[in-house]
Amino acid sequence: MTEQVEKPAAAPGRKWLFALLPLAVVVVIALFLYRGLSLEPRTIPSALINKPVPTFDLPPIDGRAQPGLASTDLNAGEVSLVNVFASWCVACRVEHPLLMEMAEAGEVPVHGLNYKDEPGAALGWLRRFGDPYARVGSDRDGRVGIDWGVYGVPETFVISGDGQIVCKHIGPIMPHDLDNKIMPAVEAARAGRPVAC
Amino acid sequence: MSGPRPLSTCTPGLRAPRFARGDALVLIAVIFAALLLGFPAFALDKPLDDPALEARAIELNKELRCLVCQNQAISESNAPLAADLRQVVRDRIAAGDSDQQVMNYLVERYGDWVLLDPPFKLNTWALWLGPALLLVIGGVGVRVWVRRQSGRNDTAQTALSADEQARLTRLLEQDGQR
Repeated sequence: MTEQVEKPAAAPGRKWLFALLPLAVVVVIALFLYRGLSLEPRTIPSALINKPVPTFDLPPIDGRAQPGLASTDLNAGEVSLVNVFASWCVACRVEHPLLMEMAEAGEVPVHGLNYKDEPGAALGWLRRFGDPYARVGSDRDGRVGIDWGVYGVPETFVISGDGQIVCKHIGPIMPHDLDNKIMPAVEAARAGRPVAC
Repeated sequence: MSGPRPLSTCTPGLRAPRFARGDALVLIAVIFAALLLGFPAFALDKPLDDPALEARAIELNKELRCLVCQNQAISESNAPLAADLRQVVRDRIAAGDSDQQVMNYLVERYGDWVLLDPPFKLNTWALWLGPALLLVIGGVGVRVWVRRQSGRNDTAQTALSADEQARLTRLLEQDGQR
């Protein structure tokens, strides 16, 4: 009898632990959900970060005066942006005024990759909303886009002076993306610092 | 309609239309014909001339994840990018790539993300080992719990003390008298 009494007597401390077990499980699940549900599943990390830009040579949009865009334009020593856009892309209109501002300010050259677009539609679009691009390559069949790992337009890449992709932004650039992500990446790339992106 | 007219409160004009069996068959045939008009995503693709190569492309497409409509393979997606990627797969195969080379080609551009079957790597070990780990933890937990329970039963089964035996006899007698 005495032995039997002893065993439960040792338990209360442990019992408390067991009572806390469900709470601990809930806390762990909550942490996972907090992290998991705040991640953006549509944003797929780029496989090309810190790799040289793919080799490509695209013609200009038919009827646009400036030359097209090739990989050799991107490793000439100047940090630049490559913006993937299309006239059929609604979200591109959202970021377009910001690109126009950047072009006017002249802080960093912005090149365009016109993705799977009709030349006429693309030209009309640039005439209507303004043309912020230094060079634009016309990627009619989207193959160069695939080489760049493009899966949703708009996308914007920050290219270091030696032609490395140092940062990628997916979706329209909002003012806070510009201030907190893209411009810091541009400045870091200019200073030759590692880019946090 | 032959025979006596059934009693009904319905006004004649509102009676439900009656289909003969033949009508129903026609209806079913029309529905199935309409279903046949739905065509798979790859119906608009240009298949490779060599059926063996095309078969390889089709198998590969099932392994590749669509980036736009996530969690679909590019073989079953209608997204324009999926169609482009199916064409890329065909072009690579036609150019003489092995299946692994085609996979690598896309992984270089889109990362491991495009693989529906992710490789075992430093950052995917939890994905692969997690379920087994949970199973082991659960198994150990169950084992400990079962041990403890059976331990409890063992103590209950030890011989009764003299006091307990006397009490039991008393209770049984009381029960017998009732």
